[in-house]
Amino acid sequence: MNRKDLLGIEDLSREEIEEILSVAESMEEILERPIKIAPTLRGITVANLFFEPSTRTLNSFALAEKRLSADYINLSASSSSILKGETLLDTAKNIQAMEVDIIVIRHSIPGAPHFLAERLDASVINAGDGAHEHPTQALLDLNTIRKKMSTFDNLKVAIIGDIEHSRVARSLILGLNKMGAKAHICGPPTLIPKWMDTFDVTINYNLEEVLPDKDIIYILRLQMERQHESFIPSIREYIKYYSLTYERLKKYASPEVLIMHAGPINRGIEIESRVADSEYSLILDQVISGVAVRMSILYLLSRQKTNEDSN
Amino acid sequence: MNVRFIEKRTMMDAEEMRWSLRRISHQVIENNPRLKKICIIGIRKRGDILAKRIAITLGELTSWDIKVGVLDITLYRDDLTTYGPKPLIGPTHFPCHIDDLHVLLVDDVIHTGRTIRAALDEIVDYGRPSTVKLAVMVNRSGRELPIMPDYSGTSVNLASGEEVKVNLLETDGEDSVKIVEVSIDNE
Repeated sequence: MNRKDLLGIEDLSREEIEEILSVAESMEEILERPIKIAPTLRGITVANLFFEPSTRTLNSFALAEKRLSADYINLSASSSSILKGETLLDTAKNIQAMEVDIIVIRHSIPGAPHFLAERLDASVINAGDGAHEHPTQALLDLNTIRKKMSTFDNLKVAIIGDIEHSRVARSLILGLNKMGAKAHICGPPTLIPKWMDTFDVTINYNLEEVLPDKDIIYILRLQMERQHESFIPSIREYIKYYSLTYERLKKYASPEVLIMHAGPINRGIEIESRVADSEYSLILDQVISGVAVRMSILYLLSRQKTNEDSN
Repeated sequence: MNVRFIEKRTMMDAEEMRWSLRRISHQVIENNPRLKKICIIGIRKRGDILAKRIAITLGELTSWDIKVGVLDITLYRDDLTTYGPKPLIGPTHFPCHIDDLHVLLVDDVIHTGRTIRAALDEIVDYGRPSTVKLAVMVNRSGRELPIMPDYSGTSVNLASGEEVKVNLLETDGEDSVKIVEVSIDNE
């Protein structure tokens, strides 16, 4: 991989995605050892800049950094000078002045990581920018799928729920298409954006028509905090038409189907507890993949950066 | 930039390599007459193939419980900053817990000793073997660290610009040890 930053799946080639997944496989081996740490990133400093709440992504990055012996600092909006009115660029420049090599950023504004990547020498990793992209989530999802399926070719993946507010869906659809799989979108018409038809996907508003013959069903969280306007009449109606219940799963889906969800789960809303905890669920496999894939990305980017320095 | 290897001379042919591996196996037995269990770990890539061959010979000569593992030291290198693009990371696989076990580490060539340093660091992350011994096909002078092989097939002192290349049937189509000259064309 020959790049300074990881900003989105959109920029990545199929070969680059395959390289990230292949290195992730070696990283998984480290996670199975008695002493789960390798000295690979000794001397590299990472700053995790999280301007939006996160448990999974932040901790997964922090753990990946620890497992490769990098030093890291965590900065969240609530505990930093952002509250005192400092601009994003000033915050980032100050962090870079402290000799930070890699900046992991999550921000509510789409393009914030790109803005920093253009202006900083440090590598920038997008950990979610508004409703735009969440590339590391898509890569860990692809890694989870790769471990279960022999190939991505002609794989049928249903993505269900709140597409409009989901950066996970956007990155995942781009990733699946690049790898040769096909995404089938389903959700209430108000939560499926118009620009969706610019992607290579099928769109269907009826869950029961979408479920049959899919290899993977990917459930999106209903993002209540982003719904300032009314996109759906009521939660109860959403559950009635779009919740993945055990009954629906058994009645319509293939017996070999696998269920994924990026978390956090709203149990009983987009997915029934019984489905989330069932043998079909890959939800915890996704979390394990998360650390390995992030280790892979940190390794590939940090090496690139040090190569440039030595030339 | 193009890196080419110009073959200069053959140090060992297939027959000589086979005898060397047999001798190393016999020396291992001679030095450890009361051993019952051994874990042979080869360093990717080529060391893992040599490790398998030593394991087969030891299996024919002894009734030891022999386990074979493979180690990839990429993540433990001390030169990741200067190494060329895309070092592929291969699998590391330990066949068993190595605590209190005798480990025989195998590589094709020892030169600076840095690869072995990295391998030792990786091994101690897996556990605490009771001993670690080192077997190599070629012991090339030029050590930068105080590390010596316990068993070696042959020794060589090379001029700068020369490299030693161990070819194996599985990866290179033949068994041989060759001295090559490295030529770099800047086009």
